[in-house]
Amino acid sequence: MSGLRVLVGCKRVIDYAVKIRVRPDSLGVVTDGVKHSMNPFDENAIEEAVRMKQKKIVKEIVVASCGPSQSQETIRTALAMGADRGIHVEVPAGTDADLQPLAVAKIFSKLVEKEKPDLVILGKQAIDDDANQTTQLLAGMLDWPQGTMASVVNAADGRLTITREIDGGLEDISVSLPAVISADLRLNEPRYATLPNIMKAKKKKIEKMTPENLGVDITPRLKILNVVDPPVRQAGEKVPDVSTLMEKLKEKGHL
Amino acid sequence: MLRLPTRTLRSTFRSLSSYGKVDDKIVSLICNIVGPDNVTTSESARNLHGTDESFHPTRAPEAVVTPLSTSHVSEVMKICNSHRIPVIPFGTGTGFEGGVGALYGGVCMAMHKMTEIVEVNQSDFDATVRAGVTRHQLNDWIRADGLHFPIDPGAGASVCGMCSTSASGTNAVRYGTMRENVLNMEVVLADGTVIHTAGEGRRPKKTSCGYNLTNLFVGSEGTLGVITQATVRLHGIPEATAAAISSFDSVQNAVDTVVMILQCGLPLARIEFLNSDMISACNKFSNLQLKEAPTLFLEFIGSPSGVEEQAMLAEELCVGNGGENFSWATEHSEREQLWKARHNCWYAVKATYPGKHAYSTDVVVPVSHLPETVVFCHELAGEMGVPAPIVGHVGDGNFHCFLLSNQDDETETLRIKDFSRKLALKAQSFGGSCTGEHGIGLGKRELLIEEVGTGAFETMKIVKKSLDPLLIMNPGKVIDLDHLL
Repeated sequence: MSGLRVLVGCKRVIDYAVKIRVRPDSLGVVTDGVKHSMNPFDENAIEEAVRMKQKKIVKEIVVASCGPSQSQETIRTALAMGADRGIHVEVPAGTDADLQPLAVAKIFSKLVEKEKPDLVILGKQAIDDDANQTTQLLAGMLDWPQGTMASVVNAADGRLTITREIDGGLEDISVSLPAVISADLRLNEPRYATLPNIMKAKKKKIEKMTPENLGVDITPRLKILNVVDPPVRQAGEKVPDVSTLMEKLKEKGHL
Repeated sequence: MLRLPTRTLRSTFRSLSSYGKVDDKIVSLICNIVGPDNVTTSESARNLHGTDESFHPTRAPEAVVTPLSTSHVSEVMKICNSHRIPVIPFGTGTGFEGGVGALYGGVCMAMHKMTEIVEVNQSDFDATVRAGVTRHQLNDWIRADGLHFPIDPGAGASVCGMCSTSASGTNAVRYGTMRENVLNMEVVLADGTVIHTAGEGRRPKKTSCGYNLTNLFVGSEGTLGVITQATVRLHGIPEATAAAISSFDSVQNAVDTVVMILQCGLPLARIEFLNSDMISACNKFSNLQLKEAPTLFLEFIGSPSGVEEQAMLAEELCVGNGGENFSWATEHSEREQLWKARHNCWYAVKATYPGKHAYSTDVVVPVSHLPETVVFCHELAGEMGVPAPIVGHVGDGNFHCFLLSNQDDETETLRIKDFSRKLALKAQSFGGSCTGEHGIGLGKRELLIEEVGTGAFETMKIVKKSLDPLLIMNPGKVIDLDHLL
């Protein structure tokens, strides 16, 4: 198998190491001035595409991201990792938090029409909304087979064999191309973008467009009612003996 | 403002018990500054903060303070200074020389809540971090910029803790130690004065401006002030990396190869040596089948074609010195596999005798003397009747021999101290040092005097007494109090 074109999606999210703070209006989290990075699962997605290119299975990697103007930085990181060109679907800052999986899947299905890839690789889920929906919605829209939570992907004879991480363990499936797959963390170890590659990436092309250009209505269908911190963990209590323990448990209605 | 003492210290300190106690009044004063969430006298917190990775038993402080800002540190220092209360700065507790033990009680200044990465200047290759930032945290932050902070002491140490002990690691042969990588530090002195060793906000790559205060505090092990912030050099993440391994029939041949590789000017990133005892422990621990012989682990960095060339040349040199089983790899997981033995060696040794404490020597000698020193180390171990697993940063002539003992067994402890001293004296006799990277701490204070000589030692004492007249900064470390009174 060779000469495939891959479309990879990536999302700009708050960096996983940052301590999240809930906004005063309780409708979201603080994003202003907070460090953002590429969603970790998307790094796995890009890395897999780059490895397939190194094995000459893939000929061209197109990376796409939907989001505000800063999403271009995320696309540049993907280009520095080895993607060939980028597509930035610009969604104004402030409304990008309302960009939900259904809208993203619709955008990607239009991109698939445009770019005609043989394979779409997305990250399993974004670490901000933890939705894990875009891959499945997209596969449904395209009527393509899907291989989600992929931890091993092998290509041969026009098909992909995929090992999926599921609750019961591991599941092996075989899908024909074209297909949509989502990358799990154990799929690979993503490479770091090195300075020479970061410099080369500045020269790679990023095409810009809007959801309107693609004829996609991104109006959210879900409304966030409330965002709160998890309850603060209370200190425990030491008791001198088992009978006091039993008393306390009964008192608190646990027995 | 610093003032030299107008009376002799002897009259100030009638006895060592002249240090102030951390009583309720002091705790309350400190609480007024940092808030009740940031000071504790709980037994478990105190024990935790009096323990590091060393051989030395826990010496708990009387209270643990977790400042959130430089002004917290400064105000608490003022209280401690005016009441003559010892202060022991604490980073991550991963030191190897007992540097955190509160020998005379006092306050532990635990820096882990100051976790801000103040700035990263990608085009200038520098970053400024607060005292609680670990090197992993920093590297994580800059991973998308193509940069890394490469000094790798193995442990998950804090950057400022690494400044304090002048840490080094496996890739010092390429990137140097902390001495070469710190541009500026914010330090709070014993009386609460805040200084910037190279001037506030400054980060020149090089400077001839005045006395080198930055490198005075690097390696001072908390005895001259509390480091609250550091500006460090960053380096580009290598484009390509190749790892290689080769076994030899003798230590001499392995080290000769190292010397030749260095003389060829190969830009090595890492070159590590493991002796047969160490390979044996690693084979058992990591389920490997490496030949139990002196082995070199090499790492090259550069462009993809560059690292291949380097590996080829290294192979030639190894084979030329009787090297066998040379194998190399560029792919990440294969490289990890080749280096697995080296990465796990501390745990591998501890696992050979579960429940025992491990002690690491840290001598460094000019590379030409390395074979003799290693042989001497084997002889000492032979006399003790114990194995001598050795891992060495051979590019620098620095190696560690791990010895195991039951911490409660006095005889074993004494034998290890004796071993360590004899090895250190041998290294010093070759023009080397008793400590390449771990510091003096508690266990090497006498060796320090032997090593630097009376003149330099007296000069160090003058510096210490000028910056810390009441001797509250980590008392008993680096220089014994007896020498300062």
